[in-house]
Amino acid sequence: MTDKISPEDFDRLAELASLELPPDEAEYLRKELNNQMLSIEVLESIPIDAEIRTAAHGIPYDELNSAIPREDISRQDPNREDILKQAPELEDGYIVVPDISHEELD
Amino acid sequence: MKTCDLPAYVVADLINTKQVSAVEVLEDALERIRQVDGRTGEVDAPEATSKEDLSTVHAFTLVTEDHARTQAEKIDKLIQEGEYPGPLAGVPYTAKDIFTVKGIKATAGSKILSNYISPYSATVVERMADAGAVMVGKVNLDEFTYGSSSESSAYKPVPRNPWDPSRVTGGSSGGSAAAVAAGEGAISLGTDTGGSIRHPASFCGTVGLKPTYGRVSRYGLIAFGSSLDCPGPLARNVTDAALALQAIAGPDPRDNTAADVPVPDYLEEMKKDIRGLRIGLSEEFFRVTYFNSESMELVENPIDPQIKEAVLSAAGFLAQLGADIVMDVPLPHTKYGVPTYFVISRVEASSNLLRYDGVKYGFRTDESYADLRELYRKTRGEAFGVEPKLRMLMGIYLSAAQFDKGYYELALKARALMRKDFEEIFDHKGKYRLDALLTPTAPSTAFPIGSVYGDSVMMQYSDQLTATTNHAGIPGLNFPVGFDNENLPIGAQVLGPDYSEGVLLRIARAFEKATEKEGWREKRPPILTTNEN
Repeated sequence: MTDKISPEDFDRLAELASLELPPDEAEYLRKELNNQMLSIEVLESIPIDAEIRTAAHGIPYDELNSAIPREDISRQDPNREDILKQAPELEDGYIVVPDISHEELD
Repeated sequence: MKTCDLPAYVVADLINTKQVSAVEVLEDALERIRQVDGRTGEVDAPEATSKEDLSTVHAFTLVTEDHARTQAEKIDKLIQEGEYPGPLAGVPYTAKDIFTVKGIKATAGSKILSNYISPYSATVVERMADAGAVMVGKVNLDEFTYGSSSESSAYKPVPRNPWDPSRVTGGSSGGSAAAVAAGEGAISLGTDTGGSIRHPASFCGTVGLKPTYGRVSRYGLIAFGSSLDCPGPLARNVTDAALALQAIAGPDPRDNTAADVPVPDYLEEMKKDIRGLRIGLSEEFFRVTYFNSESMELVENPIDPQIKEAVLSAAGFLAQLGADIVMDVPLPHTKYGVPTYFVISRVEASSNLLRYDGVKYGFRTDESYADLRELYRKTRGEAFGVEPKLRMLMGIYLSAAQFDKGYYELALKARALMRKDFEEIFDHKGKYRLDALLTPTAPSTAFPIGSVYGDSVMMQYSDQLTATTNHAGIPGLNFPVGFDNENLPIGAQVLGPDYSEGVLLRIARAFEKATEKEGWREKRPPILTTNEN
């Protein structure tokens, strides 16, 4: 049986996921993903009536349980410095990043 | 008896009535941690090999001694001033290292967050403090909660089961369950996305409650599957779980999915009679169906017969107490729980994990990089373990337009069918009219460390009996129902309709009370005696 996820597909996925992977790890991950796909394919065998709609949430939200939207007011976070100092590189209150490469997107 | 072996409700009462101070109770907990926990988890530290390492629990990623002492002293001061510090006054608890606590590291068991100090606290952590509880530390977990054994954490050594330290704690809230079982805190806050509270609770012989989705705020919880994640308590007894849920449940303006539904008095609900409650048993929950990648066939296996026997025996006790046991309840989509979970949880996880970039916070690679893309790739390749990598790659494969085969839509429809299965059995005008369903929590008891880890498909099937609950959004509660012939705890779960936590607590409490004279209730985790000074 051919793998659902080919080495070429895998390389593209790793690129989309922004992951640099050593070859042996990449091969292990690809094997596991293909094994998981065998389980996922079982979904094709579920009898689904036409009227079944997708459910993004298990529990429905309606007027009985939905939260009241909070007031739309802006607020200065008191922990600005604590938040900024988490950044690996900081200059004058700005987060520093290396050059942003420009490439053609698909 | 040390206060760390007492129920939380007893400890709080002793403190509130000035029979013991919160600081004394904290000292007992810290002494227990020193006695049984061994090396605290650290990134890239060696796995357990020494005799001491192999016979200790390793539940913690951080013991927050100073933070806890400040909280305990505050409780004692309030009591001296005649104030009431709350129903959990001075009760030591632990938080799974997936919750943020202001000024304290929040690692998610991952190298990528190993240096992250949270600038804010989770709602549940604030509410535990408001109820008077004292946080003694952060506890280990599967990396980003991805797993069912807690072995995937980057923080080594991984937690070991207090009932047999050669075995896993279950997961992903493994540190929580182990810490509670070993008396290193009476309560722990965990999270349950596909079974991650109930599963380790069953492996470690504790109570574990996954509330209804939205019953408890997710604010300050490092996200995995945002439509599935539920924070909830683990405890050694049902009353403590009820007290903890009481403290953390309810609407929260900072989480729009936190339901605007009044919180009942769970202690009162718990004390009510179970006479006349209709409790179902389903054959679908006494077997596991999975795809065997070697034989390439769908295989159906019965669960461990000792577990089935223990669950049926629990049903017998509940029947004696006046509950109506309803047999052969159909939940035909149970077997699709894991395949559906493979899709929905991965798509949501990949979306949630793309924020970790080595730029705003967290770990950044020490290697050189030419541009921002290379910085991302190197940082993320180095700092994520295999489970987050698998989940991101699969999530992208299932949701990116270029690969799309329609599995995500199929999974969302399967989810609707699982929800429908539960709605039908809990429908008060329907054929079954159940108040709850009683099932095993896991297909096995705690397995040996290293025996499943590495096979991501088999590990996921450990959640087959818990995952459908998360798809449907309904609550579930694990409670201990006995031991197998290797002296490992067996857990059963009760599942109920939306917001029925009170009924689930009532059933579990009735069983707990009815079995308090049973011999197995006397057992204590062997790790407590092997490490006695």
